[in-house]
Amino acid sequence: MDLAAVIAIEVVYSVAFLVLISVGLAVVFGMMRVINLAHGEFMMLGGYAAIVAVGHGINIYIAMLVVAPLVVGIIGIIIERLVIRHLYGRLIDTMLATWGLSLFLVGFATMIFGNTTTGISPPISGFSLGSYQVNGYNFFIILVTAVIIAAMYAILSYTRLGLVARGTMQGADMASALGYNPDRVYMATFFAGSALTGMAGGILAPLVGLGPASGATYIAKAFITVISGGASVIAGVLSSATLFGLISQTFTFAASPVVGEVALLVAAVILLRLLPQGITGRFFKGRM
Amino acid sequence: MRIQRRNFLKGTAALAAGSVAMPALIGRSLAADKIKLGSILDTSGIFDAYGKPMDMAMQLAVSEINKGGGLLGREIETISYDTQSDMALYTQYGQQLARRDKVDVVHGGILSASREAIRPTLRKANTLYFYNVLYEGGVCDRNIAITGVTPAQQVEVLVPAAIKKWGPKIYILAADYNYGQITARWMQKYAQEAGGEAIAVDFFPLDVSDFGSTIAKIQTASPDIVVSALVGGAHLSFYRQWAAAGMNTKIPMASSTLAIGNEHKVLTPEEGNGIMVAFNYSPEIASPANKAFLEAWGGMYGDTSAIHEIAVSNYQGVHLWAEAVRRAGSIDRMAVIEAIEDGLSIDGPGGKVTMDAKTHHAVLDVHLMEINGQKLDVVERFEQRQPIDTQAVCDLSANPDDTTQYEIKI
Repeated sequence: MDLAAVIAIEVVYSVAFLVLISVGLAVVFGMMRVINLAHGEFMMLGGYAAIVAVGHGINIYIAMLVVAPLVVGIIGIIIERLVIRHLYGRLIDTMLATWGLSLFLVGFATMIFGNTTTGISPPISGFSLGSYQVNGYNFFIILVTAVIIAAMYAILSYTRLGLVARGTMQGADMASALGYNPDRVYMATFFAGSALTGMAGGILAPLVGLGPASGATYIAKAFITVISGGASVIAGVLSSATLFGLISQTFTFAASPVVGEVALLVAAVILLRLLPQGITGRFFKGRM
Repeated sequence: MRIQRRNFLKGTAALAAGSVAMPALIGRSLAADKIKLGSILDTSGIFDAYGKPMDMAMQLAVSEINKGGGLLGREIETISYDTQSDMALYTQYGQQLARRDKVDVVHGGILSASREAIRPTLRKANTLYFYNVLYEGGVCDRNIAITGVTPAQQVEVLVPAAIKKWGPKIYILAADYNYGQITARWMQKYAQEAGGEAIAVDFFPLDVSDFGSTIAKIQTASPDIVVSALVGGAHLSFYRQWAAAGMNTKIPMASSTLAIGNEHKVLTPEEGNGIMVAFNYSPEIASPANKAFLEAWGGMYGDTSAIHEIAVSNYQGVHLWAEAVRRAGSIDRMAVIEAIEDGLSIDGPGGKVTMDAKTHHAVLDVHLMEINGQKLDVVERFEQRQPIDTQAVCDLSANPDDTTQYEIKI
């Protein structure tokens, strides 16, 4: 019984983890059709932003939830202005440019922080559940992810801001004809995507050993989740993260973490063979 | 990285000019020629946390030897190459050191892959090679001297001590490549010999950084000890998540890898405290040799916090080579190899290091330590441990032409 609860927590955590690492990418890729190969590096920068802020005596929650998204969001705006905005609509070119960008950011972080692993301790201690010890920080991640998703859904569906953003993504010309500047909207959306990514990096920083090359560990999973999710930003990420989280954790518990990772990849391949447009290309069509 | 090839070229050019001008002095100026030590290390790129302190240690050892009057009355000159954590550069720079720079000895290589990239080149070019890093064992080659600890030396001390202290059931976590696989096998063997049992062995690819399910599985198995041979930055997450779940106070842990690259200084004291490790060196060793070493390092670099296990291995490797040259009375390769095989021994910061003639591996002291407040407190010293893993497969006095790296069957 205790074990079942522990496994359930791990599965939910694993789903939340996938949502958290891919939600920023979903905004940038799903809404703007920009393949950001520097997504992992944005997370890495978010992690460093949080760690440096904590090192300067800032409260760890503020560091993770405010400083990290702000810093990475601003870096995102700079990058959007300098590089990305020249490449909208050119899928392959953005890929090449952001790949170069990811190499640059790794080098940049290495120059500043050195090529060593750093980290901070999680602010929440573990607690016991029957005869098991559970990582309390996992609940924090689950909670934050739920709040992020709810907030995104609310903003996109119920606010004028969300409406304008969605409208611009669907038809930039029409939005422009109605008096909205698509350039501004793209910039704001890229900022939002980068900030979400930075926050994810900040929140995960206490759980990992962070180094300049850490971004590489997230990028593949984030892309798999977003692409398998399909066109809808929120429904897509939620459905694919749930599927992959469930599959990978089931196999991890049944066999080993290696088998879990393999199962995730196999599931993604099969899924994309059957549903090339992603889950939301067939189900939940037209949802957010 | 100071590449001193340019200075060297200048020096030789001047020497050449001088010798043309004064043919009578040729003999004498050759005798005063410098001994060339080639060093090949990753001092930039992803392995620089290992490579930089190793380079510092090499420079320190060479400067000490030069201050003491050099070797055989000749000064040592270092020719260093930074391989930038790129295995392809090892082949290139290995060739350069052997063919163009014509060095008298090469020290270096960090990963096993880098060693295997240059070992055949150096052997073919008859250039003596010192590999000064903890590794998986099994290399059998008369042209190489290996001065780091091998899994058997470490695990033979670590696992029985952990079992004696905490109980018989161990749960092994290891990195999924040859070092982890081989080390895990030794852990199982020594657990059995100590009356314990490995109840589970899990392997992790180097990029796994989420250990939540593993931590739950470990609790289900409820071992007396968790033994880790996890490697690298992503795997460091395990120790952090282990502590975050509050497990660090429930099940004790031993590791064959934590602290090699000073990882215990990245973890907070609460996360690292109480983890048992076994290595050749700890800065806390209370010996005159170590005190002198720390003072010399501090004198040259100011701060001693960069020192780690394999930096000290490199330092001891350079001094071992120097001692071999002194005993041989020559820098001729075969003479030095024979000196290595003749009970060569020095007193290093990590204790006495003796070369084993049959395997060209080091016999050295292994210290059982406990991480405490980001320091490695020495619990017990195990003197002069033999590299029994390599000894089981390698006998260079019987087969001097052997060049294999054996996969050791247990």
